[in-house]
Amino acid sequence: MECEYLIIGNSAGGIGATEAIREVDREGELIMVSEESYRAYSRALIPYYLAGEIELEKVYYRNVDFYARNNIRVISGKKAVAIDFDNKEVEMEDGQRIRYGELLLATGSTPFIPPMEGLSYDYTGGKFDKDGVFTFTSLDDAVEIKRSVESGYVENAVVLGGGRIGLMAAEALMRLGLNVTVIKRSERLLPEVFDETASRMVKRHLKESGLLMLTGHTVKEVMGERSVERIVLDDGTEIGCDLLIIAAGVRPRVELVRGTEVKVNRGIVVDGRMRTSVEDVYACGDCAEVYDFAYDDFRLTPLWATAYAGGRIAGFNMCGVEKEYRWGTNMNSMHFFGLPVIAAGVSAEEGGYEVLKEVEEEKKIYRKIVLREGRVVGVILMNKIERAGLFLCFMRRGIDVSPFKEELLSADFALISLPEVLRGAMMR
Amino acid sequence: MGRICCKEEVCIGCRLCEVWCQVEHSESRDIIKAFLYEKERAIPRVRVEERGPVSFALQCRHCEEPDCVFACISGALYKKDGVVVHDASKCVGCWSCVLACPYGAIIMDEAHGKAWKCDLCEGRGVPICVEKCPNEALEVEHNGV
Repeated sequence: MECEYLIIGNSAGGIGATEAIREVDREGELIMVSEESYRAYSRALIPYYLAGEIELEKVYYRNVDFYARNNIRVISGKKAVAIDFDNKEVEMEDGQRIRYGELLLATGSTPFIPPMEGLSYDYTGGKFDKDGVFTFTSLDDAVEIKRSVESGYVENAVVLGGGRIGLMAAEALMRLGLNVTVIKRSERLLPEVFDETASRMVKRHLKESGLLMLTGHTVKEVMGERSVERIVLDDGTEIGCDLLIIAAGVRPRVELVRGTEVKVNRGIVVDGRMRTSVEDVYACGDCAEVYDFAYDDFRLTPLWATAYAGGRIAGFNMCGVEKEYRWGTNMNSMHFFGLPVIAAGVSAEEGGYEVLKEVEEEKKIYRKIVLREGRVVGVILMNKIERAGLFLCFMRRGIDVSPFKEELLSADFALISLPEVLRGAMMR
Repeated sequence: MGRICCKEEVCIGCRLCEVWCQVEHSESRDIIKAFLYEKERAIPRVRVEERGPVSFALQCRHCEEPDCVFACISGALYKKDGVVVHDASKCVGCWSCVLACPYGAIIMDEAHGKAWKCDLCEGRGVPICVEKCPNEALEVEHNGV
């Protein structure tokens, strides 16, 4: 088999790339390889599906005719196992070889499972040796958790990990009527993007919403014969548990290129055009270290939006349209039991940053802008987030905000708050 | 179709564009019924920003490279024939588009967990805000012209 464009992965990054390629080249043979047998779905939607907010059909990211309409051949339910860069061929698990012109690695990430007594995880098959224990990154996970909850035998759930995914899983399980406890290793919530104040305020909100969270703890042991029955924390506390979700973060999925000429750091190393160290091979999304404009550096940024946007830039470059990826940072739009929170870029307070802050703890309003040399490099907004995009725009474009700095924290900050010249330039 | 532009120096800040946008997106499309009898008023997809003597109406810019579409986790936002389309039935209210929109032009309907934005009054011909603006501050700009 042979194609012009070969994409390994059928999620945000892969779809972003195909859509860009098809804007430029309608004809070139395009193959997508996916080990999952679903058509492209949104991983970011699985908490909504678990909570019963949306039907399974709405989890799909594109219409059912997406592949046909875009002239894409999909090989699904099969894993790519090796790449021969000299002959430009990808080998599939059944021995099939696909020759490519341009290759995109959009292999995503795998859940990280912290070591615990009484539990082992088969990374290849994605299965635990005890029933009732799940990861929460795939549609299969969500479907199985939902089935388990609907069986009616589950009462007490524990979520290990208090990051975005863990908290969304916990909220979904509470909506399904379970008692939920979140176990979190660090005291600080979302330490990558939250400061102490944001962490404290969101924790308080979660508590008021009925979520029990134990911070500063790890799970030492998972007990139970065939299924999980209880867990033991590092301090010896035992918690009854018939559903355990492990959401302790993800690791880039790089096994396909480990030990090859493709340079891998924590993730696959790419340049500003999403090119790896091997010619005609690109990478994007969770498996790659991509450019982050707030840090002016290449970092792991396992987010839906950055994967899509990075994939798009990879796609353009794959068909000869030169574009630089300058789009993303660690940018999070979240909501916890109805409380909307935005956090993007740098959250640090020391090291030459100027910090503007306004806190109304009772009203759960928090606005914080981090500046470096007159440029916004970080933002946290809790409640009243509607104009958050302006801040991200300032960050991305490196706009000097010092002329209207005193406006930034105002509750009604909007486009009209900007000097006329800047506003005019932005509206063009 | 292009996008709607507002001549700041002509806008009088009357907010009739908001009112008519609500009517156009109501069930009855009748101003009396929409404001008096319908269970809930539709959310206007245009918003007037006002400060002192300056005012302008702001609606989705239908960007060539739409950041909201790239950020959308559900596929509710997509681009079709030059228009940024929002399929509310797919929207889950994650507010990723709110964070992405460089203009702050996405409207949050927190009560229903939906984002809203200008749809250029799809199927209507001239968008209603443009038609009803009493001072002709609003106009449709066709593909950058």
